Amino acid sequence: MSNTTQLLRFITAGSVDDGKSTLIGRLLHDSKSIFEDQLSAITKTSERRGGMGAVDLSLLTDGLQAEREQGITIDVAYRYFATPKRKFIIGDTPGHEQYTRNMVTAASTANLAVILIDARKGVLTQTRRHTFITSLVGVPHIVLAVNKMDMVGYSKETFDAICAEYRAFAAQLGLHEMTCIPMSALNGDMVVERGENLNWYQGSPLLELLENVVIDHDINTIDFRYPVQWVCRPQTQEYHDFRGYMGRIESGVIAAGDEITILPSGRTTKVKEIVTYDGNLQRACAPQSVTLTLTDEIDISRGDMFVKSAAMPQVSKEFEAMLCWLSESPLDLNRKYIIKHTTRVVKCLFARLEYRVDVNTLEHHSSATLNMNDIARVAMKVQQPLVFDSYTKNRFTGSFIVIDEATNNTVAAGMII
Amino acid sequence: MSNQPFTHLDVLESESIHIMREVAAECKNPALLFSGGKDSIVMLRLAEKAFRPARFPFPLVHIDTEHNFPEVIACRDKLASDLGERLIVRSLDDSIKKGTIVLKNADQGRNAFQSVTLLETIAEFGFDACIGGARRDEEKARAKERIFSFRDEFGQWDPKNQRPELWDTYNTRVHAGENIRVFPISNWTEMDIWEYIAREKLYIPDIYYAHEREVIRRDNGVLPVSHLVQPRSGEKVEKLVVRFRTVGDMTCTCPVESHARNAQEIIEETAITRITERGATRMDDQTSEASMELRKKEGYF
Ligand SMILES: Nc1nc2c(ncn2[C@@H]2O[C@H](COP(=O)(O)OP(=O)(O)OP(=O)(O)O)[C@@H](O)[C@H]2O)c(=O)[nH]1
Ligand SMILES: [Mg+2]
Repeated sequence: MSNTTQLLRFITAGSVDDGKSTLIGRLLHDSKSIFEDQLSAITKTSERRGGMGAVDLSLLTDGLQAEREQGITIDVAYRYFATPKRKFIIGDTPGHEQYTRNMVTAASTANLAVILIDARKGVLTQTRRHTFITSLVGVPHIVLAVNKMDMVGYSKETFDAICAEYRAFAAQLGLHEMTCIPMSALNGDMVVERGENLNWYQGSPLLELLENVVIDHDINTIDFRYPVQWVCRPQTQEYHDFRGYMGRIESGVIAAGDEITILPSGRTTKVKEIVTYDGNLQRACAPQSVTLTLTDEIDISRGDMFVKSAAMPQVSKEFEAMLCWLSESPLDLNRKYIIKHTTRVVKCLFARLEYRVDVNTLEHHSSATLNMNDIARVAMKVQQPLVFDSYTKNRFTGSFIVIDEATNNTVAAGMII
Repeated sequence: MSNQPFTHLDVLESESIHIMREVAAECKNPALLFSGGKDSIVMLRLAEKAFRPARFPFPLVHIDTEHNFPEVIACRDKLASDLGERLIVRSLDDSIKKGTIVLKNADQGRNAFQSVTLLETIAEFGFDACIGGARRDEEKARAKERIFSFRDEFGQWDPKNQRPELWDTYNTRVHAGENIRVFPISNWTEMDIWEYIAREKLYIPDIYYAHEREVIRRDNGVLPVSHLVQPRSGEKVEKLVVRFRTVGDMTCTCPVESHARNAQEIIEETAITRITERGATRMDDQTSEASMELRKKEGYF
């Protein structure tokens, strides 16, 4: 494998039993990424479960005992495979509504989502919910896989009808760019190989598409954003006066000598050096983790953000956001919660619940609370100012999580508008 | 404008550094679990990249089964002292003496008991976060685990009820007595590890490279002869040229036949191997379909 291989993170999503896990299994199997011991283990398990001869490929990702007992996916499984063109990190997500939060987990870091639909069933509520979440968390690329084509006689009419219905729904969310592929994950048609049954389909099979989709533009290369993670004070003889600000460049570019603004204080200074273990750099860009030293001594701590003065983010104690409520206990508007946004942790209040979105119709409803899996627009107030961009502009500085202080659980995912 | 070509290794490395710094910044009393194996040696390099020129903001901790290969223990001690970092070692023998581990027989495999000593060590030092070198490609239960994996006051993992983990915004919060296991190299594969060892020219125990070794065949596997594994009647000692893909408990870690003498040759072998790392080398993982999941629920790494 060449050393410049690119990494693509993608997920499978869609309704229960649409064949997400089977598709991953098929993809791994037909790209020769399954090892012999894994195959023999799932073959044994399939036989013990009285499978009718065929190996159940979904067992490759459904690794928990409870998942195998019930034949469903409960939590995301991550799988890894590589072709000579790319390395892939796959997140196989659960279709059950109860486990939607695990789908959100996987979607939040994905470059691409494969949304599956069972050709016999067409677009279902959970298909819409997952599509909505995919658009909300801004997964840059979507592929629609109309699966189980073997069960509908590989009918082009059925495929066309489902694609049309799906495209109409997706268009309401502003999703226009997508590829639709007919397939049978069970038989392997249009997964890695074209197969014999879908000759009317002109496009490429799934793997070819995954290998070639352009992902270079998924990172914001313009606005420099550098949340300070950790202040490095070695306090040794050799580095007596060294004071470095460690962090990861979330977007944009920085060079030694560049002027920066430190937020929220608003003070300005210059980057003296870009320090790394492998030596100092002249310039660095997202997603590198580096250490910056500055020309002036300024009081800076974790949670501050370095930006370039030409492209400023917002600094505010109030903002609006789209929220996915992930907790079994409903939102309590009277309580304070905690927000973690970049490297900053602050107390917050829900000032207003603007509306809840019906995932089927995308209509807005007023609501007094939020229950698990609800998606809503909210107005928030925080105790200290946050330094942020809108989520559509910047996935890193526009996102936050909400934590319940009593349980320490992560109860919501937020995207700033 | 900034399209400097990043390799997948650069991306993985930066992700791991970011994770380690989050632990340092948000956890009160973290530790880095360090065994002297290849994954934990990669973790040490990542920690150097994350924190130098300062010292690590956590000690290294090894839970010693006393069933380790001597070459691995020697490497563990050398690396810790070369780096000038603090190494804490706690032994399963201490737990056995205390009576908190009861063995059926003295020579049995000890991996399953590591959780007991680990939990005792966590309690002794009050660690609220343990950074470990587990990878998701190793095993189907690991494939399901979060990067920041919450454990209750009994050290247990609840796979059906994991915290959501969104973007790279990690929730590190725990109550007293609970802790977080953190896996910065979750997304690395065996291949990535070897490519990184080659790229960074990391020093690893030489039993990872091909060498001649006395082995016996037992229970469908090849076991290295040592003071813990002696031929039983009817078993024949053979000399094979082998290397280890993992270095665990000597009583149940099998070497693979190989002539790969350096990282580059191992990369070439890894590219064409048809058996997973654990499938080829760990007898104790094959006892049941869910042995790793069960061990993790009990507090294992
Ligand atoms: N006929 C046919 N059956 C399929 C196909 N793909 C999957 N299946 C079957 O559909 C059932 C569900 O498949 P899974 O892969 O477990 O579905 P899933 O989408 O992962 O389900 P959850 O993760 O629980 O939401 C299994 O019995 C599969 O064998 C296909 O292309 N054709
Ligand atoms: Mg599934």
